[in-house]
Amino acid sequence: MLEIRKDYFANERDDNLNVIGKGIQRQDMPGHVTGRSRYFDDHAFEGLLHLKVVRSPHHHARIRSVDVGEAERAPGVKRILRAADVPVNKNTLLSLINFGKDDEPTLAVDKVHYKGEPVVAVIAESEAAAMAARKLVRIDYEVLPAVFDVEEALKPGAPIVNETYPNNYFEYHEKFDHQKLRFGDTEKAFAAADLVIEERYQTSPIEHAPTETNGSIAAPEQDNRFVVHSCAQGLFFSLGTSAKILNIESNRLHFIGGTVGGGFGGKVDSLTEPLAILGAMLTGRPVRYVLDREEEMLYGSPRGAERVYVKDGVMRDGRIIARHVRSYFDAGAYTRLSSYAAIKCTAHLPGPYWIPNVSSDIYVSYTNRCPSTAMRGFGITAADFALEVQMDKLAHAVNMDPMEFRILNAYRDGDMKAHRRVAKNTALIECVQVAAEKARWPISESARRQSSLEGGGQRERGQIPATPIDQRGQIGRPETRSGPVTQTLPAGTMRIPLTKQPELEGSRDARPVAPNVPRYEPARPMTQPVVQAPAPLAPMPSAAPPPQPGVEPPAPPAPGVQPQHGAMRFSSVFGTRRR
Amino acid sequence: MAKVPVQFRLNGSDRAAFIDAADNLLMTLRRGLNEFAPKYGCGQGTCGVCTVLIDGEPQLSCLTLAVACEGRHVETASGMAEGPNLHPLQVAFMDNFAAQCGFCTPGMLMAARALLDRNPKPSREEVIEAIAGNICRCTGYEPIINAILAAAGAGDQKRA
Amino acid sequence: MARHKGRGMAAINYPIGMNLGGDPSQALIHSNPDGKFTVALSAIDLGQGMKQVTRQVAAETLGVPVEDVYVDTADSDTGPHDMGSFASRGTHRMGNAVIAAAREARGVLLEAAAEELEVNAADLVTDGRGNIHVRGAPSRSITVRATAQAAQFRQGKTIAGRGIFLIPLSAVDPETGEMNPNTAFAHACLVADVEVDDETGEVTVLGMTSAYELGRALNPRMVEQQLVGGAWMGQSHVLFETPEPYYPNPDHGPRDFNEYLMPGPGDIAPYSASVLERPAPDGPFGGKGPGEMCANPVLPAVANAVFNAVGVRVDELPITPEKVLRGIRANGGARPQARRGG
Ligand code: FES
Ligand code: FES
Repeated sequence: MLEIRKDYFANERDDNLNVIGKGIQRQDMPGHVTGRSRYFDDHAFEGLLHLKVVRSPHHHARIRSVDVGEAERAPGVKRILRAADVPVNKNTLLSLINFGKDDEPTLAVDKVHYKGEPVVAVIAESEAAAMAARKLVRIDYEVLPAVFDVEEALKPGAPIVNETYPNNYFEYHEKFDHQKLRFGDTEKAFAAADLVIEERYQTSPIEHAPTETNGSIAAPEQDNRFVVHSCAQGLFFSLGTSAKILNIESNRLHFIGGTVGGGFGGKVDSLTEPLAILGAMLTGRPVRYVLDREEEMLYGSPRGAERVYVKDGVMRDGRIIARHVRSYFDAGAYTRLSSYAAIKCTAHLPGPYWIPNVSSDIYVSYTNRCPSTAMRGFGITAADFALEVQMDKLAHAVNMDPMEFRILNAYRDGDMKAHRRVAKNTALIECVQVAAEKARWPISESARRQSSLEGGGQRERGQIPATPIDQRGQIGRPETRSGPVTQTLPAGTMRIPLTKQPELEGSRDARPVAPNVPRYEPARPMTQPVVQAPAPLAPMPSAAPPPQPGVEPPAPPAPGVQPQHGAMRFSSVFGTRRR
Repeated sequence: MAKVPVQFRLNGSDRAAFIDAADNLLMTLRRGLNEFAPKYGCGQGTCGVCTVLIDGEPQLSCLTLAVACEGRHVETASGMAEGPNLHPLQVAFMDNFAAQCGFCTPGMLMAARALLDRNPKPSREEVIEAIAGNICRCTGYEPIINAILAAAGAGDQKRA
Repeated sequence: MARHKGRGMAAINYPIGMNLGGDPSQALIHSNPDGKFTVALSAIDLGQGMKQVTRQVAAETLGVPVEDVYVDTADSDTGPHDMGSFASRGTHRMGNAVIAAAREARGVLLEAAAEELEVNAADLVTDGRGNIHVRGAPSRSITVRATAQAAQFRQGKTIAGRGIFLIPLSAVDPETGEMNPNTAFAHACLVADVEVDDETGEVTVLGMTSAYELGRALNPRMVEQQLVGGAWMGQSHVLFETPEPYYPNPDHGPRDFNEYLMPGPGDIAPYSASVLERPAPDGPFGGKGPGEMCANPVLPAVANAVFNAVGVRVDELPITPEKVLRGIRANGGARPQARRGG
C-alpha cells in the first residue's frame, strides 16, 4: 500500500545508503509483542500509595471554604494535599523558554476556572480508599458566571476567566491582543478582485484518547533523590516543570520514561508528575497518580477548538490575489501551549500557496473550559481544514478543477512567503500530480508538466511587497477592534535577522571529525532541470503574468532578499543549498 | 480490610496472592503478582487492553473479580512464547509492523489467540469481529488485521 | 432515497520542528570494548518510532550494522537534555544530534583503526558490515570489534561522541509577523472517496489515495505505520470525534470509549499512499518527519468529498449525520456534483 516514487527529485538524493531508507524492524517491537515493554505504570514498588484529586464540579466558582477533616480521618488515608502545600503554586509550561506569564496553579487557590480543575489531592493506601475519601472532602463554592464562546469572551463585560490575562486574551509582545501577519495590501487587493469569498469554519475540541492514560509514579530514591516514572512526551520538560513547581534542585529528580502508550500531544502538560512527587516528598513513600479514563476524557486537556474566518480575493482565471484569516484559538482557562500554536499558525498562512497579499489576526481566547493543549498537527490542523475547504469553494466559484486550482496557486522554490522568507525545498505540485495520477483524477497536460523547481521567485513572486501596518488591537487602547493604517513599510522591508545555520559539534571545536562520513550529497550536481520546462498552464504566473490588479508593480529586489532559486547542492549532512 | 487468598495458574505456573475481596484480576496481576503485560486503559470494559485468557476464553481482566479465578488458568501475552520461540501471532505482529506504541498489543494478541485457537482459518470479517472490543489509537487497525490473517496462513485476505 | 458517491481532495504542507526554533536536542554515543554502540538520549518514543529512527541514523553515520547499535532512552541521569517529542521535531532535531554524536565517535574509531593499520585515518572507509579498510584496498582492513578493543586496552581512546542540534530562537515582528519559523516543510495531497446516505446523513469513507513528500523515508515501514494510522485518525476526527458535541455549549460530553466515537476495525477504508523524497537540506539524511501531518489532509478532503457527493458544505467539525441531513434538507434534497475520475 506504500510505494516510494524514487523517480521524483532523484537528482537531489544519493540513495547509496546502508541502513537509512530500509524498512528494518523496530528496536522496540520484540518488547511490544511479548508484553515486556515497560511503561510508566509497569514498575513494582513496596508500600505504593495512590493519589486521586478532587475536581471542581463548576465551570467557574469562588471557593468559600474547604473542609478535609473527615477525609483525613477516613480509612487508609495517609495525606491530604492542598494548594498551600505546593511550594510554587503558579506556573505556565512555556516559562521554561521564557514565554508568557505564570497563570496556572497546580491546586486551585481561591477560585476554580473550569469544571474538573483539581482543588485537593487525597493520598491513600489503595485507589479504592483514595476514591472513597475523595467524596468526604467538603468544598463550599459560590458559582460565578462563565463564558464558553471565544468571541463572546473578548467582548467588554465578559466574565474574567484568567486573572493573569484579565481581558481574556493572550498578550502578544506585550503590545497586541493577537498575533498579526501583514504582507502586501489585502484591502486594496480585495477591492480589485473579481470575486471575494468570506467563510467561517469551526472545529471542535478533540480528545487525544491514548490507550494509556496520563500518569506517573514518584518514589523516594537513595541519596535523598526522587525517582519518577513518567509518561511525559518531553522528559526534561516535565522534570524542569516539576522542579520549578516543587522548588527543588533538578538533580534531585531522576526521571525515567521514554516508552509511552501513545500521546498525540496529550502528555506534554505534566498533569500528574508534580503532585506525585510532592506526595512522595511528604509521605516518604512511593506515590502513584494515574488518571482514570473519565478524567482523561474530560479533564486530560484536549485539542482546542478553533474558529477560523477566511476571506479571499480571487480572479476569474483562478489566481488568488489576497487572503485574510482571522481566527480564535480556544485556550480554555489557562494558556498551556496555545500561545505558541497561534504563532505557528501565523507562520503557516496562507497555506502552501503563493498569494501576493496576505494578512491575518490570530487570537488566543480564554474560556471556562479545561485548558487545551498540543495535539498532532498543533496550530495547523484546523487552519488546514478551513483553508482547504475554502480552496474547494474557490475552485468551484471560478469553475476550475480543484487539483488544477491547487497547482495554479501552489508555492514554488524561490517564492516569497508571507512571513518574509523565501520558500525552498517545496514539493506541493508534485504531490498533487502524483495523487491525481494515482487516483485517476484527470488533470490537464499543462498541469501535469508544472514543477516546484520552475517558475517560482520570478518578478513579484520573489519579493516582499510594500505593506501597510496598523495598531489594531493595541493593548490599553479603549477601542481595539478598529485602527487606521499608521505606516506603510516599503517593499523589501525585513526587520528580523535571519537565523544562523546550526553548526556541528565536532566541527566547531577541532575535535576529531570523521573524515569520510557517509553523506547524502547529490550524486551529480543538478545542472539540468529534472523536469522539462513546463508549458504554461493558461494563467500560470511563471509565464510572465499580466500585472495583477490591485498589486503594486514589482519593486526592485531588496538587498539580502535574493530569490534563492537555481542550481543547488548540499555541502554536507548539514549543508546549505547554494546557488 | 481483611485480605483473602486466591490461587490460580498464571502462564503455566501456580501463583497465589492475598487480596481485597473486591479486587479485580487486572489489579491482582499487576500490583499483586507483578505481571505487567495486561494494561489498564479504562477499568470499565471499553478498551480491551487488559484482555487475558481464562481457561482459554478471552476475558477483560478489569471486569473480572480475582477471586472468581480461583483454580483456573490465566494466560497473558508474557506467556505466549515457548521458551525463546515466539508464537506465530507474535511473529506476524512483528512482520506486519502491527504495533506503534504497543500499549494495545498484549490485549490484541490475547484476543487474536483466542480466535485462532477456536477458529484456525478465520475470515477477515471474523478477525474484525474478534478484535472489535480492542481499541488501538495508533495503527488504524489495518496492520493488526493483516497480522492475524497472516498468522492464520490467510495472507491472501490481507488488503493492499 | 439513495447513497451518493463523492470525491474530494486537499493539499497541504507541514512545518518540521518547533516553530521559531530554540528547541535543542542532545545525544551521547559510546562503544563497548567489542565495538557495540549505545546511544543515550532522553527522547520519548510514543509509538512513533523514535528509538528505531535514531538507531538507524546512528548506524548509518557510524558505518556499522544496525544490530550493533542500541538506543537507550529515556533516563534523565544518563540521557542528555532534549526538548521532547512534539511539533514533529523528533526525527529532525534528534536525528541531527545523533548524527553529530556519531560523527565524533566515528572520528575516534577511524583514528584508532588508522593507528592499528598504520595508515592515515582520512584514507579509511567502513563497509557497513563491521569492517574498516583502506579505500580501494579492502584487504588492508580491521574489524570494528578489534579496533574498539585496541582503542580501549592499548591506545587509551574513548570511542564516543556527543552531539547537539539547535536552531537558535527567532524573534517575531509584532506588526508584520515576520519570523524564521522553520527550515523544513513536508507536503501532501490526499483524495478521499466517500458515500453519503441522503436518508440517514451517514458518511462512509470508501477509500483514500495520497502522495506525501517527506524528505527521505528513513524507514519506509515506519512511514507506512504513520500514514496509515494518521489517515485513520483523520477519518475519526472529521466524522466522529469530539468531547463537546454541541460546542461551545460544554454539556453532553462523552466520558468513556462507549460514548466517545471512533471508527473501529470494521470501519476502516482501503488506503494507498505514494511517498516522494525531496531531501531537506538540514534534515538527517534529508528526513523531515511524517508523524503529525498525516491526519491533516483527511479532514478537508472528506469535507470536500461530502460536498461533491450531495452538495452540502459542512464547515463545522465533526461532520455528523445530523449536520449532513440538515444541509440536505436546507438544499431541498441531495445535489450531487460533477464526478471526478476514479
Ligand atoms: S482496562 Fe479493561 S477494558 Fe479497558
Ligand atoms: S499501538 Fe498504540 S494503541 Fe495500538
